[in-house]
Amino acid sequence: MAALATGGATPSDGATSFQRKVPASSRLAAIAGTRPSVRHGQLLLSSGLPSLDCVLGGGLAVGTLLLIEEDKYGIYSNLLFKYFLAEGIVCGHNLFVASAKEDPADILKELPAPLFDDVHKNQVDEKETAIKSKQESQESMKIAWRYQNLPKMEVSPAASARFGHYYDVSKTVSPELLKSIKWHRFFLPEEMSLHPEIKTCNMTCGYTRLLQSIQRIIYQEGFDGSYPQKKQKNILRIGIQSLGSVLWGDDICCTDNPEDIFSLTKFLYVLRGLLRMSLSACIITVPAHLIQNKAIMERVTNLSDTVVGLESFIGSERETNPLYKDYQGLIHVHQIPRLNSLICDVSGTKDLAFRLKRKQFTIETRAGSSQCDTFI
Amino acid sequence: LSNPPSSLSFLEGSLLIVFQGKLTLLRDTKTDGSFLVHHFLSFYLKAGCKVCFVALLQSFSHYNIIAQKLGVSLTAAKERGQLVFLEGLKSCFDVFFGEEQHVGQTNPLQFVSKDGSNLKTMYEFVRTSLMASGSDSWKCPVLLVDDLSVLLSLGVRPVDVLDFIHYCRVAVCSQLKGNIVVLVHSNDDSEDEENELVVNSLCHQSNLILWAEGLATGFCKDVHGQVKLAKAFSLLPMLP
Repeated sequence: MAALATGGATPSDGATSFQRKVPASSRLAAIAGTRPSVRHGQLLLSSGLPSLDCVLGGGLAVGTLLLIEEDKYGIYSNLLFKYFLAEGIVCGHNLFVASAKEDPADILKELPAPLFDDVHKNQVDEKETAIKSKQESQESMKIAWRYQNLPKMEVSPAASARFGHYYDVSKTVSPELLKSIKWHRFFLPEEMSLHPEIKTCNMTCGYTRLLQSIQRIIYQEGFDGSYPQKKQKNILRIGIQSLGSVLWGDDICCTDNPEDIFSLTKFLYVLRGLLRMSLSACIITVPAHLIQNKAIMERVTNLSDTVVGLESFIGSERETNPLYKDYQGLIHVHQIPRLNSLICDVSGTKDLAFRLKRKQFTIETRAGSSQCDTFI
Repeated sequence: LSNPPSSLSFLEGSLLIVFQGKLTLLRDTKTDGSFLVHHFLSFYLKAGCKVCFVALLQSFSHYNIIAQKLGVSLTAAKERGQLVFLEGLKSCFDVFFGEEQHVGQTNPLQFVSKDGSNLKTMYEFVRTSLMASGSDSWKCPVLLVDDLSVLLSLGVRPVDVLDFIHYCRVAVCSQLKGNIVVLVHSNDDSEDEENELVVNSLCHQSNLILWAEGLATGFCKDVHGQVKLAKAFSLLPMLP
């Protein structure tokens, strides 16, 4: 890894060790919170979880969709949803938050607070000097080499050039930070009351409105390149909560023979077109465990780029199984996209479990597997 | 897969002389078979055939970047009239967000909004794209589809998908003596009965099946899977 070779030298522009040396005028490197993939130049975003970025081969590609199959009570999928949006705030991206059950303003208020470099670095320094057990000192070494190349003073999150951040789930993001970014809302009950019933393309009304709303924002704010004179390009992070649930007006989650099984897949297809033509990325959580017709989930997977399923141990027999005592659940990576290339970057292991601590959500191979990679 | 095109190109080279008017089915199970699509696209373009590519799943730039790695420029092929590229995502965008009068009757993806299952306009698009014009000097025309399973997700009934392929076979294979290459997804334990119906019917109709399968034992970093060749029966005596 290049990081080890550069040692403690600090590049003056604060670039991470993963960035290619591109000229300052290059457009790709100019967008905050992105970096080009080392393999095929695809522009990548952080999902908000550095360990998930590793599992996905470096990050989430711009113009793609990350689909999360919700765990049974939606607890951890909601957390991933929040990490994605929180990362957008720290990077200064624009947000588009859509929900049928929660007011987007409330969702944003509850985003986890980012851990800034100086706070985290101080903790790392403390760890380095203290005498510890072998496991913990190994952990701090892994953190240390990654971040020792960064400038020592970090004044604000907007100035952070790091790819991927950490969050404290016990604290919520500060209102000042929230005010610093531009965001757009879509709250279904509000939208339905504003306009009369319309049905386009034989799609559920809520989905139609959502697509129109997303397209309008992409066009008006120039994410599709329609304002070339705009000085600074930015990314639009779109988050859609619990798509497919009854609250969206879709019946695929409550009956074996839904009236319209094509609404969700048509929605995803049109969305895919929107994402591909703009500087955006989208996270969608779907209550897959409620969809009786499994053919729908197969089609949904084929129409999504990255698909990750979460399985929590809450209420299952694994909760008391000593093999899983350190973990809260499993992560299944169902699909990773191959974009602009014949093959994809993917880690070698598929046996993954996740562990949530106050300041860290880690994804690891399950204890007892032959490999013991830890994605930090 | 290290260099799949070269291992297939000898086979294809001898096949092109005798392999005309045929339907090739590309099938993937537990892996991504799109590398086969990229191979056929660049192969037929290099061979000088006129290609109509119905690209439903990815953007033009995605195919273009990969084609360039395989030695072909799709932009140049389009400019010289050798490639007709239907970018499904873009056409669907026009249907969904465009003005009613501008969309008109000719958008190949208009079935997404209108009657929901009629692929007639898409067939007309294919037919007019591949019809030989006087100035053309291209070899046999080729229809390439990536991928057919998407049509089912957009509300097209299996019988209409099969009708579309049938009409295309009549026009492209019989009348124009060209080839059709189609990609479908399938899984042994799939619960998508409509998709399995289309796949089984196409397996029965096609002259050649290339089946990319992921490893049964699970994921492996260096070996992604295997490719099976089926139904090349009438051509076997010609192969060394």
